[in-house]
Amino acid sequence: MHPSIRRLGRFLTAHVDGLLLGALTLLALTGLIALYSASNASFGRVSSQMGNLLVAFAVMWVFANIPPHYLARLAVPAYLTGLLLLVGVALFGEVVNGARRWLHIGVTRIQPSELMRIAVPLMLAWYFDRYESALRLRNFVFGALLLIVPVGLIARQPDLGTSVLILASGGYVLFLAGLSWRVIAGMAVAAGASLPLLWSVMHDYQRQRILTLIDPTQDPLGTGYHTIQSTIAVGSGGLLGKGWLNGTQTHLDFIPERTTDFIFAVFSEEFGLVGNAVLLFLFLLVIARGMVITANAATLFTRLLAGAITLTFFTYAFVNMGMVSGILPVVGVPLPLISYGGTSLVTICLSFGILMSIQTHRKLVQT
Amino acid sequence: MSELRINQGMEIRNAQAEIQQFRLRIAIGGAFTLIMFGLLFVRFFYLQIIQHEHYHTLAEANRISIVPIVPNRGIIVDRNGVVLAHNYSAYTLEVTPSKIADLDAAIEELSTIVEITPRDRRRFKKLLEESKRFESMPIRTRLSDEEIARFAANRYRFPGVEVKARLFRQYPQAELFSHVVGHIGRVNQKELDQLEKDDKLSNYRGTDYIGKTGLEQSYEEYLHGTTGVEEVEVDSGGRAVRALSRTAPVSGANLVLKLDAKLQEMVYRSFGERRGALVAIEPESGGVLAFVSKPGFDPNLFVDGIDPQNWSELNNSPDRPMVNRALAGTYPPGSTFKPYMALAALTYGKRRPEQAISDPGFFNFGGHTFRDDKVGGHGSVDMYKSIVVSCDTYYYMLANDLGIDNISRFMSQFGFGSRTGVDIPGESAGILPSQEWKMKRFKQKWYAGETVSVAIGQGYNAYTPLQLATAISTLASDGLMFRPHFVNYVEDIRTREKSYVEPKPLRQIDLKPEHIEFVKNALVGVNKEGTGWRAFAKAPYTSAGKTGTAQVVGLKAGEKYVESRVAERHRDHALFIAYAPADKPKIALAVVVENSGFGAAAAAPIARQVFDFYLLGKEPPRPAEEEPDAP
Repeated sequence: MHPSIRRLGRFLTAHVDGLLLGALTLLALTGLIALYSASNASFGRVSSQMGNLLVAFAVMWVFANIPPHYLARLAVPAYLTGLLLLVGVALFGEVVNGARRWLHIGVTRIQPSELMRIAVPLMLAWYFDRYESALRLRNFVFGALLLIVPVGLIARQPDLGTSVLILASGGYVLFLAGLSWRVIAGMAVAAGASLPLLWSVMHDYQRQRILTLIDPTQDPLGTGYHTIQSTIAVGSGGLLGKGWLNGTQTHLDFIPERTTDFIFAVFSEEFGLVGNAVLLFLFLLVIARGMVITANAATLFTRLLAGAITLTFFTYAFVNMGMVSGILPVVGVPLPLISYGGTSLVTICLSFGILMSIQTHRKLVQT
Repeated sequence: MSELRINQGMEIRNAQAEIQQFRLRIAIGGAFTLIMFGLLFVRFFYLQIIQHEHYHTLAEANRISIVPIVPNRGIIVDRNGVVLAHNYSAYTLEVTPSKIADLDAAIEELSTIVEITPRDRRRFKKLLEESKRFESMPIRTRLSDEEIARFAANRYRFPGVEVKARLFRQYPQAELFSHVVGHIGRVNQKELDQLEKDDKLSNYRGTDYIGKTGLEQSYEEYLHGTTGVEEVEVDSGGRAVRALSRTAPVSGANLVLKLDAKLQEMVYRSFGERRGALVAIEPESGGVLAFVSKPGFDPNLFVDGIDPQNWSELNNSPDRPMVNRALAGTYPPGSTFKPYMALAALTYGKRRPEQAISDPGFFNFGGHTFRDDKVGGHGSVDMYKSIVVSCDTYYYMLANDLGIDNISRFMSQFGFGSRTGVDIPGESAGILPSQEWKMKRFKQKWYAGETVSVAIGQGYNAYTPLQLATAISTLASDGLMFRPHFVNYVEDIRTREKSYVEPKPLRQIDLKPEHIEFVKNALVGVNKEGTGWRAFAKAPYTSAGKTGTAQVVGLKAGEKYVESRVAERHRDHALFIAYAPADKPKIALAVVVENSGFGAAAAAPIARQVFDFYLLGKEPPRPAEEEPDAP
């Protein structure tokens, strides 16, 4: 092999974690198979999703090549920009479908909450890393504050799904940073006690979603429709599924949002319990690799960041599948790497790029 | 140096401890992940294995829509195959109100493409009030090809509006058979409830129409047929994707009647502008040959819901075309009652045929004078003459010799005062008076004077033309009474199997043959030399008959009835009962012509035309001539 090619090869693969890439690719391929069926055996969305994947994997590669300490420098500016944009949204945001989520910047419009998905764990990891040697309770209090402010702003948009996920990702950082069990227990009690308060500040449609979860038949044609139809799809799939492209719920249009948030219903209907088990296994593979990377990470910053990324990824998958199978309320959370859509794909792959970077730059940091 | 080393050592130990603690936390995170995914798996297992059957059923119910295929309704034909009710296929423009936000605006816009008359709008509005909003309802029927093309080109503008091919019921004979065949109409809630109670609702899925009156109602279960089923795969919008299976519907059976459409038409015409009813029966079976209630109405108006204007016209007409006179109209029989009275007198031994009375032209009873039509009386009158010249005095005298209860008992055998059980609904029972009846009805005792009126077919007497026809038909067949019926047989159109409506003898009245013979002979005398002679002059067959005139308003004592002085609607009804040929009766009939005076003049000529037509095939002159007055 020509030395220049070998060099190019090394340049391309030096910071790529093979195991992680393999597991992610398998998931993405599974997603394409489900998407092909969900879009009624047409290549339109499949090919555009392939384009999204190319972009997302490129972003992943780029971030894999950025050493973690550069990322650490990005933490504060990214967080502050995000916060500023969120305030901007609250003040000047554009209302789409009853929620104020979008902000016009020149020619395009952005959803600042997407940025915060990365910026919040990044910021918290950076903050705890800074006070690594002497973490006290007040550090945790300040960390919690760093978390609560953006989460509150996003929840007010309202965007319950995103705010809960960001809350989770920040919470994972707090947990991994060593928040004492007593505080965790105290917070659990406080959270339980504040549920009625939370209920009282919730929007009607949010309350409706929770009520619908308890009894979807209350409103079978309204808010309960999604849950009922997706649960039927999953249940009717049985052990082996109805076979690829043979899902009746899918192909007769009974599953709403079937290429995006509810694509798992499509997959589950056509591949059954066996397919679900395989999918869970692939997700676990990714998560397990993330755990290993986390455990091996060199600095507190990278450990916290890697742990948060891994557990957040798990949370996405869990919340989506729980929602589709009717044990969690319907919140707009895509199934990572499976659901159609560029933005979430890029965000997810970006975070896996960070994981790869943490894994592959480990020795450099240590030496 | 050593301090530094110690510090370094502590830091390393600290770092070690931190990493230990961190690894513990990561392990907890991992365990959490596994537990949560385990929960998901349990959920999947529950849905996909334990509850699989349930969700499979739900998914199938989502996917498969059972589309009923409405069977073709059976047709109704007369004895010669003349069509009285059939179906034709036509395109209709149908609107589903629930799919349209502004109905009025949509209809307004539709009318720029397809003509929608004010009548259509009124009819649609009425339909709208009567039905559920998710049903599709016709706003226009019988679209022309051009209209279909025009709508098809503009279809995208009208969600919730579609062209459908439907079978429509049509009654080609229009008002001629309105009171026999009846009509269908859209199924209403009451009928739905009844269908549900009878466990027939599933067979009416997709059926919009049901028999409302006449044979359409009474033979509904034969005419309707069995609804077929098509299993169709549908998408979430309810659009059919493909057919899965199909069970063909079974068309309704055809009805073949005993009625003769040509005879019916001839009778209808012969009434001219007059109101009335005629029922003609085949004595040997009870089959109804003609059944006219004049005026009729066009049953086609009702098929798709009648518009309010036509409805009020029909309802408010003084001629009351909606009343089935032959079936539900009750009339005093007048003198047509006399042959049965004579038969009763013979049977109970109250008179011998040759016993004669002297008729002064009136009869005094209880301080009341009962007058005979003929001033000065008929002279010496025996039983034969009493029938032939229709002498009232003879029967005034007979009345209390028989007594009201004997009269009532005897007459009931001929079906007077009870429903005949004919195979269409809506029959009146009429009134056969008796002591018991009066007590029940008026809480009063019977007066002997009332019996005197009853004896000449007046007083409380009130019978339907159908009862009068059944009675004379029974007399014609020597007391063997059949249930009158319209349907000859029901024909399964697949197997061509014919189920005959068997003539059902109701009873053989216990009468002495010589008594029957005597009365029948007197009835022949009526048409030969009595009140009916003019109407039956030169008939090439012998016939038997009896004229009757029924008072509409009672006359004061001693008052003479003068036709020209009485308001048209208070004039007497003309009646005639007859059968022919006299020796072997093939047809018996009763005819009532309302407010037309003497039976001999107004009613008997119609009977003559019927017999000429039915027995000889002779068409009456058109338009029907008025016969000269009979004596």
